Amino acid sequence: MPRTNEATSSGAAGVEAELHALFQRGLNGEHAAYQAFLQKLSAHLRAFLHRRLFGWPDEVEDLVQECLLAMHNKRHTYQSEQPLTAWVHAIARYKLIDLLRSKSGREALHDPLDDDLAIFAESSTDASDARRDLTGLLETLPDRQRLPIEHVKLRGLSVTEAAVLLGMSESAVKVGIHRGLKTLGKRVRLSYEDR
Amino acid sequence: MKTDDLISLLAGDAAAVPRGAASRQIAIAMAVGIPLAILTMLLTMGTRPDLAQAIHLPMFWMKVLFPAGVACAGLATMARLARPGVSARAGQWIIVLAILLLWLSAIATYASAPASQRAAMVWGQSWRSCTVSVLMISVPIFVAAFLVLRRLAPTQLAQAGASAGVLSGAAGAAIYAFHCPETALPFMAIWYVAGIAAAAGIGAALGPRLLRW
Repeated sequence: MPRTNEATSSGAAGVEAELHALFQRGLNGEHAAYQAFLQKLSAHLRAFLHRRLFGWPDEVEDLVQECLLAMHNKRHTYQSEQPLTAWVHAIARYKLIDLLRSKSGREALHDPLDDDLAIFAESSTDASDARRDLTGLLETLPDRQRLPIEHVKLRGLSVTEAAVLLGMSESAVKVGIHRGLKTLGKRVRLSYEDR
Repeated sequence: MKTDDLISLLAGDAAAVPRGAASRQIAIAMAVGIPLAILTMLLTMGTRPDLAQAIHLPMFWMKVLFPAGVACAGLATMARLARPGVSARAGQWIIVLAILLLWLSAIATYASAPASQRAAMVWGQSWRSCTVSVLMISVPIFVAAFLVLRRLAPTQLAQAGASAGVLSGAAGAAIYAFHCPETALPFMAIWYVAGIAAAAGIGAALGPRLLRW
């Protein structure tokens, strides 16, 4: 399996600065910068989680997606003077522990995680397929949330086109997408408890 | 869904996030919870009848300001615990040290008092109702704090719940002081602190259940 790993400590500091700048622009509403941020972030998350989920390689991509959704939905809790590494690491760790805890049932969990914050030390762009299909979860959302997401994001229509097609106002389409992502974030977590 | 599809989905939802959005949510929760707590005190028990004279007594202000200070430390701790990757140790230490200091002063007061007055310093006239009243007044703030924590991102759920409990219990105690007729430091050190500790315990127990995200 080809992996692209870049592991130097000075590299991690550079990544912090680069991701921080992109995230900051994303928080100001710049879509392209935000997309680039998420793209790079997902590669670091993948490498980080892969190293810690060595027992369950199938779970890595699911958890990458869950972390991305969580970080998106909770991005207002980031403070710009705080190291981005610490924020990303705390969320990834929280979601990882949540997953491991659901796997071990109600047994006491021996924390398998070290406290090193080297989440930006490596990255992996080699995405395997997610095992849990988010598209399936998407179908459980109410129409007002699901249809805007499907039309705008997955079929590539503009907000205006989707609004006309769905007979909704443009702001209702935007609100639907926004709320849908929040709901998706919650259901992703609950779906662990089913299995 | 491929991760790349998810990313473009998320990027499309990237409306600008106003600076200080999380702090504003916390401020709104307190602006709703605290007046409701004051209203709870006024409607169910009322202020002490001699409030106009009591405000000249240092002990009255001790009973208001000490819990108010603990509530502020609880709020600062909660605000930090609500954000991933931020340490809240300083606030937690301030709360513990403040209560230790109160206990030390209460023990000194108790020890230096004549034996005949000691029982009154501990039990006062209202020990039966004090802790329960503090808890009752704290409920609106407790609920507001939990609701706002659910919109934020606490990663240590028991600690975050406990900090919400300290905040609401201590604020409840400060508000209760406007009703409470007691004048002894040992009374406050036991029964007020019991209210704060009970709220913290309830918060710590509920946090892992109610705050997961």
